[in-house]
Amino acid sequence: MKKLSMTFGPFGGQHVPEVLLPALGELEEAFLASREDLSFAEEMTHLLRDYVGRPSPLYFASRITESLGGAKVYLKREDLNHTGAHKINNVLGQALLAKRMGKKRVIAETGAGMHGVATATAAALFGLECTVYMGEEDVRRQAPNVARMKLLGAEVIPVTSGTRTLADAVDEAIAAWVGEAGKSFYLLGSVVGPHPYPLMVREFQKIIGEEAKAQILEKERRLPDRVVACVGGGSNAMGLFHAFVEHPEVALVGVEAAGKGVDSEFHAATLTKGKPGVLHGSYSYVLYDENGEVQPAYSISAGLDYPGVGPEHSHLAETGRASYVSATDDEAVDAFLRTCRLEGIIPALESSHALAHVYRTAGSLPKDSIVLANLSGRGDKDMDTILSLLQGK
Amino acid sequence: MKSLSSAFEGKKALVTYIAAGDPDLDTTAYLLKLLDTEGVDVLEVGIPFSDPLADGPVIQQASQRALAGGATLKKILGMLKDLRNEISAPRVLMGYMNSVIAYGQEKFAADAAGAGVSGVIIPDLPFHQGEKLASLLREQGVDFILMVTPNTPAERLRGICERASGFLYCVSRLGVTGESGTAGASPKEYIDRIRSHTSLPLALGFGVGTPEKAALAAEAADGVVVGSALISLLEPCGTDRELLRSKAVPFLRSLREAVGRTRR
Repeated sequence: MKKLSMTFGPFGGQHVPEVLLPALGELEEAFLASREDLSFAEEMTHLLRDYVGRPSPLYFASRITESLGGAKVYLKREDLNHTGAHKINNVLGQALLAKRMGKKRVIAETGAGMHGVATATAAALFGLECTVYMGEEDVRRQAPNVARMKLLGAEVIPVTSGTRTLADAVDEAIAAWVGEAGKSFYLLGSVVGPHPYPLMVREFQKIIGEEAKAQILEKERRLPDRVVACVGGGSNAMGLFHAFVEHPEVALVGVEAAGKGVDSEFHAATLTKGKPGVLHGSYSYVLYDENGEVQPAYSISAGLDYPGVGPEHSHLAETGRASYVSATDDEAVDAFLRTCRLEGIIPALESSHALAHVYRTAGSLPKDSIVLANLSGRGDKDMDTILSLLQGK
Repeated sequence: MKSLSSAFEGKKALVTYIAAGDPDLDTTAYLLKLLDTEGVDVLEVGIPFSDPLADGPVIQQASQRALAGGATLKKILGMLKDLRNEISAPRVLMGYMNSVIAYGQEKFAADAAGAGVSGVIIPDLPFHQGEKLASLLREQGVDFILMVTPNTPAERLRGICERASGFLYCVSRLGVTGESGTAGASPKEYIDRIRSHTSLPLALGFGVGTPEKAALAAEAADGVVVGSALISLLEPCGTDRELLRSKAVPFLRSLREAVGRTRR
């Protein structure tokens, strides 16, 4: 069987302790085998259709389009998936691998809790034990998702180190995995981490872009001029971009979280402000200081609050194939509220960053141009955050 | 200064690990001199990092204390340079790749050599990722020390042994540093398996926290690494030199005794 490339340009690799290499090798083999196994593909297709509800619709947002007076705006409705976000696509793929590898337990990290909920869901579906590491701060701001995970039978371990957010949850999950030498299945939620995760997660998420491409061709008879997605670790963006990478006429735009501004200390704009470094097992852009210490990231959205980014995004940024911009907390909240009122859709705060870019730019594009944004998740989980903001707390 | 391999000559080596800058660099300098005087054969000096994947809670917390105390790689190299003529045991830097990248790989290799460092261990840089740094270190005469774990397959073990220099760091258990994780086969079985691939000295570490365990490890290996247990013992002493000495010396002597003074 052909081994996969471990890197995207210079980025990626396996920057992990020696003890984990056998587990990563075993995972890569299982993943490769699954790609040549028709029954795996059949089971995935069945689950994605009947359990997740795919294909997710591509929705023409006529009221957003009208209000901006520029490009036609389409939304890829990943928020309509079972469990409410794109995360389930990857989780089902990995959980099915875990089952086939004979694993009894999965461990995962989560930021906003969407990956944790998706993992707890798949673990319930496949009868696997499930442990989810979540920063204490995120446990607080995403309480409904913590309740959902527990209801689904998962154990949620609050992480109290560092800034008590996603990066710390990844640290703890990896440490736990190293601690048991990779015996459980580590169900990583984004296109980050050591090889084969960035590639494998992209492969399980690329259905977003493949569907979107077919759908826009059917509706408009042509490809979009621009596709837009938010980028934390970058799985929904990579999932959307992949099908369009080979079409240079389609601009790929990733929107990072600028928090309180990229020139403040409070942001998560890794590709905008970071440098190449090593975090959580791969070589990619990272936010770190002159001594190499990883800087705490900040964003109002727990899912983007991460000081690293997937290595393939670093490669797309360096080669110029994709461009990466940012949106602040305020812009994201504004986009959130506008989308509620204009379209009757409550988007996740993460996805609201991609929408913020659409609101900012689509109005100045020609009327016959097309912008396709990934609505990666729904915003029910963000009610507490938004309501306390609106009450001026 | 002795070379790394000579530290293993004629006797079983006692190797210690402390986190540089825990709780401050003056205390680390004091401890390194004390460890050297007490007959420690190789001094591992940890570079604190915010996300230490290979470390258990004891070294993670030591790392946090060191970072809070303002330790940086630059300051650590400065401290080692100042100490270079005061210590005879070879010094080995152990840290994570991002610290080295931020410092600059070429500059790191040169400055480590200039600070009298004999070897470098980067736990998140397995050899298939580390060829650039390994060759930069080699040019400076600094050993790039590789790790082997109980689950390392034979083919990979051969690859590691072909590239290793100085000594081979044999991780005794599956897991992170300290007491957690599961022990593999008996130390003897494990070390014998590795020995069939290399003539380098073999140091056994991770979870070797008592004189009893050290004695057992030393029966099989050429050296024994003690880290978390030493850090836990010294942590309550803070920067109090007398207290540090009174805690460290009996422990080191019992380890020294257990490891043995001569090769059997």
